[in-house]
Order: sequence, then structure tokens, then C-alpha cells
Amino acid sequence: MSKTQTEIKIREKAEQTLPLEGRHGNNVIITSVDKVLSWARQSSVWPMSFGLACCAIEMMATAAGRFDIDRFGMGVMRASPRQSDLMIVAGTVTMKMALRVKKLYEQMPEPKYVLSMGSCATCGGPYWKHGYHVLKGVDQIVPVDVYVAGCPPRPEALLEGLMMIQEKIKREEMLGKKLAPVMAA
Amino acid sequence: MSAGMEIGAAVGKTIFIVMFALSLGGLLTWVERKQSAVMQDRIGANRASILGFRVWGLFHIIADAVKMFTKEDFVPDTPHKFIHALAPVLSIFFALLSFAVIPFGSSIVIAGQSIGLQVADVNVGILFIFAMMSVAVYGVVLAGWSSNNNYSLLGGVRATAQMISYEITFGLTLVGVIMIFQTLSLQEIVRAQGGLLFGFLPMWGVFLQPLGFLLFMTAAIAETKRIPFDIPEGESEIIGFFLEYSSMKFGMFMFADFIEQILVASMVTTFFFGGWQVPYLGDGGFVFPWGSTIDMNTWLVESLRVISFVLKVSFFCWLQMLIRWTLPRFRFDQLMNLGWKILLPLSLANALVTAIIVLWIGR
Repeated sequence: MSKTQTEIKIREKAEQTLPLEGRHGNNVIITSVDKVLSWARQSSVWPMSFGLACCAIEMMATAAGRFDIDRFGMGVMRASPRQSDLMIVAGTVTMKMALRVKKLYEQMPEPKYVLSMGSCATCGGPYWKHGYHVLKGVDQIVPVDVYVAGCPPRPEALLEGLMMIQEKIKREEMLGKKLAPVMAA
Repeated sequence: MSAGMEIGAAVGKTIFIVMFALSLGGLLTWVERKQSAVMQDRIGANRASILGFRVWGLFHIIADAVKMFTKEDFVPDTPHKFIHALAPVLSIFFALLSFAVIPFGSSIVIAGQSIGLQVADVNVGILFIFAMMSVAVYGVVLAGWSSNNNYSLLGGVRATAQMISYEITFGLTLVGVIMIFQTLSLQEIVRAQGGLLFGFLPMWGVFLQPLGFLLFMTAAIAETKRIPFDIPEGESEIIGFFLEYSSMKFGMFMFADFIEQILVASMVTTFFFGGWQVPYLGDGGFVFPWGSTIDMNTWLVESLRVISFVLKVSFFCWLQMLIRWTLPRFRFDQLMNLGWKILLPLSLANALVTAIIVLWIGR
């Protein structure tokens, strides 16, 4: 067998094994499992309890009595990244903190989601021009699912962002592609 | 009694008590959320719906369970992977095993055979529960140690110090109960609480040992590692022993907490609130102190007793929730001071006074 023939064989085998969703279409069992899984995941998104700047105060207000994210099953703020599903990057990501934020994201087990809250986390905010010490957007280090605008965003805006995360999880397929980021408020 | 029937009865009783503990434990996760919501003027979890039904957020229990089972199971880089997986199992196993000696009813008669409503009527029931609760410490310590993380290890060490300190008070408060009822069997203790004091007051442990009840309740909450005694966990700042656990392994630790809470509620019920006893209800129906009686058949009496046990346990679970959402956390030195300088001398004094009174009355 010549070298090119072996290469073709390997490629054919790879094509057979790799794209699973393309070969079976939307299998009935897979979609039902998808539905159950996304229903469970969107009803139980546990955020990590950490805040970086003033946005964190609004995040706390969102968790407290007036706005109450526990209605959506998001009230269980976990202190350990191992037990949380959602990272709310609430505030200014300085260069020094960026390493920690990335480490925290990597410590979270799958499936995990990131919400970039406020102008600072989204694009550097007021530190855009002269902030030598600020990361210009947390999406440079971790994949962001939902951006929430505002400086800081009101709790209503964060609530909408969280509901968009739920909406995203609802549309997610187990074997499908990762969905594109969305902008809230 | 035939061997087959004996085995059948044992299996039936085991399934009943385990299902009771597990389903009440699942329900308690919801009660915890709703209790906190009520106390903090919030609404609480209510958005998870199946076919448009929300049922006050009860489906969040299912959603949490499914999510935790399908989340990535993270195992830290540790040489003790087996122990890491074993620790949550130990925690939940010994908590469930303690239910074997809790009596949930008197006895029923099927086909001429009397079946006691208790999985195992061992004559050292109290010692059995203490043994199981002591071994449950291992789950916590091994979790902290095998996670290969300094914060977990410190959490495990704090847990050991706390649980061993409070186990002493936990045991000593029951010495008074043992001396009054002169037995270690839980079924006998509950039966003895069926009498009347001064002709009208049910002879429950709480009326004979009021201080003992308060001390026992405090030490028991410390044993379950919940706020105000949640220093081993200390979620928001000092980070506890299950830091490195994800998915259902973490879920099992959380669930073991709720099971232990039910265990504590059943122990308080059994020792201090008459277990399955209903006030003034004898084997043949109600006999009130003012002379009137209501006749009932045995099955009705027995079901009333089981229902009374379940209701009492639910009440004490709710009381623990109330305490958990009311009080802030102790500092570690405050915890040790409370345990060794206040609770221990008080429980010793309680045992001494009880001993003197029991001797004086018995003479």
C-alpha cells in the first residue's frame, strides 16, 4: 500500500467517525434527552459568588429581596468554582485579576457559562483609552455567552441577561455547536 | 414467626424508613429555599415548570438533581482517588444506617404475628446511633484530606475538632434520659413516654429533662454542621471540606446534611417528644384525663401513631431550618468556648441532678 492510499484510508475513517450529528440527523432519542437536560440545566444555573467592582453591588441587589434571582433557581450562589455553572464577571477586570478570572473559569466543570456584566468587563468601559492596567474586555481570555450593557447595569438588566442565558441553554444541543454570544439590554 | 414472613417484614420496614428519609431529604432542599425566601421577603424558586405546571417550584428539586448528575465529574490531581470517591458515600451511608433503630410506630398484627415497627430493635439502640454518628466524621475528614487542597484539609480538621467536641455533650445529655427510663432501647424509651405526669401531662422527655432537651438540640445542630455551626463548610469565606467536589459527589454531601437533619429531628422526637406517641392515645383508643373515651380499632390507632411520628419529625426539621436562617455563624473560638465551657459543664450538672433525683425517688 502506497503512502497516499494509507492517507486516504485514514481520512475516510476519520470522516466516518467524527461528525456524529451529521450522520444521524436529529435522532429522536437525542432530542428528547436534549430537552430534559436543557430544561434541568436552565432551571438550576448556580452562579459563582465573586465580584470584581461596583457591578458586584448590583449583582448582590439582584440576588436580594426586591429582584430575587432565586425565582429562576439561580439563588444558590456557590463559593467554589467546582460547583458552579455560571460565572458572572461583575466589574473591572484588571490585568492582575485577569489571570485569576481565567483560572477560575478553567476550574469550573462543564457545562459552564460566562456572563459579562457591565461596560468594564465587556470592553474596558471608562478605562478604554487610558486604562493601562485594565483588560479591554473579558472575552479576550474566556468565551462570553451574554453581554450586559450598563455602568453598572441595573438589576433589571442583569435579570434580562440571566434569562438570556436560560434561553441559550434551552436552545443548546448536546452534539450541536456552541451558540454565538448575545447582547442583553 | 416463619422465616419468610420475618424477612418480608424486615425488607418492608427498611424500604419504608429509607424512602421516608430520602424523600423528606429531597423535599427539605425545597423547604430550605422557600423558608429562606419567606424569611428574607422574597418569592423563592418557582419558575421550573413541566407542561405549564409550576407547583410552587417543587420541580426545582428534579432540575437540580438532573443537572448535578449530568455535570462534569471533576477529580483533583490526588494520589487518593478511591478515597476521594468513597468520602461522600461514607457520609450518606452512615447517616442512613442510623435510621435502623428509630421506632416509627408501636407494632402491627398481620396473620396472627406481631411485627414491631422498627427495623432493628437492638437493646443498645442509643449506643448504635452514637457509633454511626461518630463514624460519619470519617466522611468529612477523608474528603478534606483526599482532595489534595490546603483549604479542604483545614476544613476537614475544623470539622473533626468541632464534631468530637460536641459529641461529648451530645452523649452526656442523653445520660439523663437513660437514667430516667432505665433502658438503652429506643422502642422501650418511647413506650415509657406513654404515661401521664400529675394525671394530665404526657410523660414526654422534654417535661422530665427540659435542660437536657435544649443542650441536646444545640449539640445536635453542631453535629449536623449547619449554621450557626457551619465552620467546617464556611462557604462564603473560609471554604470547607467539599471545596474540590463537583457534580453529584458534592450533591451527596449536601444531601447527607439534610439526611442528618432528619436523623436529628427523629432523635429529638424519640427521646424528648414521645416518638410515635399521641397524647392520651392508648392501644384501644383515646382515654382523656377528664374521663371520656373514644374507642378505635388497632389499625386506626397504629396509623395515627405513624402519622404523629412523621409530623413531629417534619416539625423539628422545620425548626432547624428556622434556626439556620436566623442566626449568623460562630467564630471558631466562640464555638469551642460554647462547647467546652458552657455546654459540657451544664450537661454534667444535668446528669448529676437527674441521678440524685432518680436515686431519691427510687429509694
